[in-house]
Amino acid sequence: MYDQFMIVGDAFKNVVEDGQVVGFQIGARLPYYRGIVLSLIGDTDLFVDGERMPRETMTVTVDGKTYPLSQLENEPDVKWEFGDVGILTARMPGGLAAGDHTLQLKMHLKISYVPVGFSGSDTKTLTLTA
Amino acid sequence: MTASVSIKRGVSLYCFQEEYFHKRKSLEDLLATCARLDVRGIEIIGDQMIRGYPNIPDDFVKHWHGWMDKYGLTPVCLDMFLDWNKFKGRVMTQDERVESIRRDIVNARKLGCGVIRVIHDIEPEILERLAGDAERHKVTLALEVHAPSDLDSPLEQRLIALYESLKCPYLGFTIDLGIYCKRLPRVVSARYLRDGMAPRIAEFLTNSYDHGQLSAVDKKGEDNEKMVENILKLGGREQDIYLAFMGTHMCNSNPRRLLDFMPHIKHVHAKFYEMLSDATEYSIDYNEILPVLVEGGYAGYLCSEYEGNRWIDDAIEVDATEQVRLQQVQLKKLLGQAA
Repeated sequence: MYDQFMIVGDAFKNVVEDGQVVGFQIGARLPYYRGIVLSLIGDTDLFVDGERMPRETMTVTVDGKTYPLSQLENEPDVKWEFGDVGILTARMPGGLAAGDHTLQLKMHLKISYVPVGFSGSDTKTLTLTA
Repeated sequence: MTASVSIKRGVSLYCFQEEYFHKRKSLEDLLATCARLDVRGIEIIGDQMIRGYPNIPDDFVKHWHGWMDKYGLTPVCLDMFLDWNKFKGRVMTQDERVESIRRDIVNARKLGCGVIRVIHDIEPEILERLAGDAERHKVTLALEVHAPSDLDSPLEQRLIALYESLKCPYLGFTIDLGIYCKRLPRVVSARYLRDGMAPRIAEFLTNSYDHGQLSAVDKKGEDNEKMVENILKLGGREQDIYLAFMGTHMCNSNPRRLLDFMPHIKHVHAKFYEMLSDATEYSIDYNEILPVLVEGGYAGYLCSEYEGNRWIDDAIEVDATEQVRLQQVQLKKLLGQAA
């Protein structure tokens, strides 16, 4: 549910630190109807032009705080609220080239009251301006 | 039906979740909408529209009661969840589960809600341990009977035995009327096609559901296996199996079975998928269900719960306000209330 609203294009840009492009980011919403703690976020994959970003290079930022994607299971109290746009950042020296990119975001949420949890997937082609 | 009908009408804010998700309307805006629709009983999902839940800021509580006064509304029900798998590498202990729901009880009391919709995956022993808290705070714990389970499913039967032995008036059930779904909602089958399901598979699912071959609660395991097998035989994709499970989990039970358990029915979700322009529901026959609740002397709330939203939101803008308005027209009519 809410699949087609998962990727939020407004936040799509390269990330610059100390004058260097160190990666890129997109905005993201959860494919679910309530806010949940981060530890319930399961497998999360971001593909750029068909290539999967290694999870260990990625972070999630909600309410101004940043957490490594591979460590979310350690956060049973921090909530990602319903409808809020978080930021997914992938570290990637040089970032992405200017122009169009096809992004796919797949997420699995470990919601305990349904046997298989909930899954969502969104694909959007977005333009990165230089 | 006459003036002796004491069923009250309400609405779960779940209905309006799209507008909140897209930040088009605030919680207060949604409450104003409820008042405009003349539906005065309010149900809320803590995790959906109360930021920081279960830590409810004092400010929120103050605003909440202010809005209730301003718009002439009554808090009715708080919907809780128990994320018993949220800790790394283990599940919650029973003590932790009890503690979590104890907190929901305190929160419901703060919000003025006399009922908590208890999620389905709660063991009877936990409710038994909470009976005293429920009574002390005058908050009824009403476990939701939701498809594909019904009142004759194993957990429900264990709970009925518990309720009858404890005789605690603060334990019971929420009935989700999606258990009386006579045919597959067409908003579901239409979405299947838009999501690329082959028409023959969508047709197979619709026919199977409508003929009771996907919804037999007591043998759902067997039916589910057969469903997967048939989808694959028809050339279905992995995604089709997921879509089938998401879309066909309602069931078609007999509403008259409610009459055997009326003292335990504390709250009702008036589930709907698609209200037609003549103020009837496409797949759930309220003309059949409401007289049963009246006959049984049900005196609680009937809260609109719209779930067609998520099946149409890829194609058209969800108009939950119009859908809820139409359902309330039907409920008023069936309850003998003035339009």
